[in-house]
Amino acid sequence: MLGYLIRRIFSALFAILIVITVTFIFMHAIPGGPFQSEKAIPPAIKANIEARYKLDQPLHIQYVDYLSHVVRGDLGPSFKYRGQTVNGIIAERFPVSMQLGLMTFAIAIIAGVGAGIIAALYQGRIPDYVTMFFSTIGISVPSFILGTLLMYFLAFKWGLLPAAMWGTPQHVIMPAMALAGLPTAFIARLTRSSMLDVLNQDYMRTALAKGLPRWRIIWVHAVKNAIIPVITYSGPLLAAILTGSFIVENIFAIPGLGKHFVTSIYNRDYTVILGLTIFYSILLIGLNMFVDFAYTLVDPRIKLTGGKE
Amino acid sequence: MQYPKELFIPLAEKAVHTDIVRPSITYWQDAWRRLKKNPVAMVSMVFIILLIIFALFGPYFSSYSYSDQDFDRRNQGPNSEHLFGTDSLGRDQLVRVMHGARISLAVGFVAAITTFFFGVFYGGISGYLGGRADNLMMRIVDILYSIPFLLWVIMLMVLFRELFPATGGGAGLYSIFLALGLVFWLPMARIVRGQILTLKEQEFALAAQTIGAPRWKILFRHLIPNAMGPIIVTATLSIPEAIFTEAFLSFIGLGVSAPRASWGMLSSDALTSLRSFPHLLLFPALAICLTLLAFNFLGDGLRDALDPRMRK
Repeated sequence: MLGYLIRRIFSALFAILIVITVTFIFMHAIPGGPFQSEKAIPPAIKANIEARYKLDQPLHIQYVDYLSHVVRGDLGPSFKYRGQTVNGIIAERFPVSMQLGLMTFAIAIIAGVGAGIIAALYQGRIPDYVTMFFSTIGISVPSFILGTLLMYFLAFKWGLLPAAMWGTPQHVIMPAMALAGLPTAFIARLTRSSMLDVLNQDYMRTALAKGLPRWRIIWVHAVKNAIIPVITYSGPLLAAILTGSFIVENIFAIPGLGKHFVTSIYNRDYTVILGLTIFYSILLIGLNMFVDFAYTLVDPRIKLTGGKE
Repeated sequence: MQYPKELFIPLAEKAVHTDIVRPSITYWQDAWRRLKKNPVAMVSMVFIILLIIFALFGPYFSSYSYSDQDFDRRNQGPNSEHLFGTDSLGRDQLVRVMHGARISLAVGFVAAITTFFFGVFYGGISGYLGGRADNLMMRIVDILYSIPFLLWVIMLMVLFRELFPATGGGAGLYSIFLALGLVFWLPMARIVRGQILTLKEQEFALAAQTIGAPRWKILFRHLIPNAMGPIIVTATLSIPEAIFTEAFLSFIGLGVSAPRASWGMLSSDALTSLRSFPHLLLFPALAICLTLLAFNFLGDGLRDALDPRMRK
């Protein structure tokens, strides 16, 4: 167990190192970018950047310096706006995105697992067909289409929810639904097929023969085992929520980190783009590692030594 | 010890039924027969063929081009002159959706091709070499894999936009091809490697080795053809992924540049006037969803047809 943990942590750290290296190379490769002096940028920002990145030093020293700043959690100043730092932007905007992300995560898990269980219990009957019909559609509707449609109907046509902005609980519902659409559909299918697998196992018959009540068989014996593939999917789910937030936050004008990421792409605010890329990568690699640990704990059958499929 | 010859009696020759009951069919014929029995996959395939025709030849039958503006007919709903209506600059929405289909299909095609060639090559070599080389090659894939596709693609797009400043609107498209090509081969490499790892232990690989076939020939002529089923499925399923990615990028303004039209861009344009002119969203949105659905269904159908063991 410990050996696996250590190896897993090392490979995660290595992946993060690669991301930082790639972003460093990008910074120097972008013509007219942060470190090319031809472009006219405000002198204050220029001074800021030069001081921060030690541009008078040779490249390898710059790299080590850059690395040491990232390790200490300093992602650098903005290339476009004086006085803004990537850290400041994250501190201000990430909580909003996290709120949206957690809500989405909850919707996707609860609705997806629920729908999957119902479909499996009523296999081959109407609830199964209805659930699978919607989940098939859900898988092929991109979040930006779903978000726009929700906005048109729920906000403009029927006036049920506010169309955009942020602040009250009502504002979270629509964007979270738009983001959760695809993962919910996917989780529903995943849960259905793994639930069907479990329901056909011998121990289900044993439980039935013992005379256990139906709810207990379903909830304690079946669902608990059927849910393991869903835990495995939470890695990709987090990635989907994160990248989806780039679009959904823009559609609904939510002042989150995803919207700012897109804005900085428009503004060519390179240091912010790269800083946020590093931030997102660390976040995802960390969470994925956590998910891996979680499901090795949940399912004792999963070998701890492998680390590979 | 001696056995008298008389003890050995030849077995009476049984009448062996030598007539072949059914003509033998190849793996591909069998797969095609199974695919034909899957109505959803067949409907999807017909839809995709129609879409290709629509994209390739459609624009020639229209009297408008995707960039023709007509300020007297802005934001019109669907009518006899403009079947899908017109956008905020009076451009014909039908031709623009057709143009979007061209872009989406081109993106999907390029992604599938690069996935096919590079992913198979990389995964094949990694799996066949095994040992330390395999370990190293797969670590690289693992590391690239730990960051979502979209983040890599966005980063590459930001870089390409600066390296190749847009000239005539084509640069955005080529950047997308390049960015997708650079990251889309990863899942294929993993799958092919896994297949090759098991295939190379089988007897026919040993047989090829004993008759002195060179290593590259064993890999490319014997092992990879046997992994073709999963390879085709993965390549097919990378198409909707690529189409979605292009739409996503164009939606956030990183994709193709105006006056070109892609489905993601059309959807994003429609968003600004959604309250007044919802019909502008209808056709591009429908086009994206149906296309993604068709490719996903076809991929699933191919999976069932090409690999009956994976059937659920």
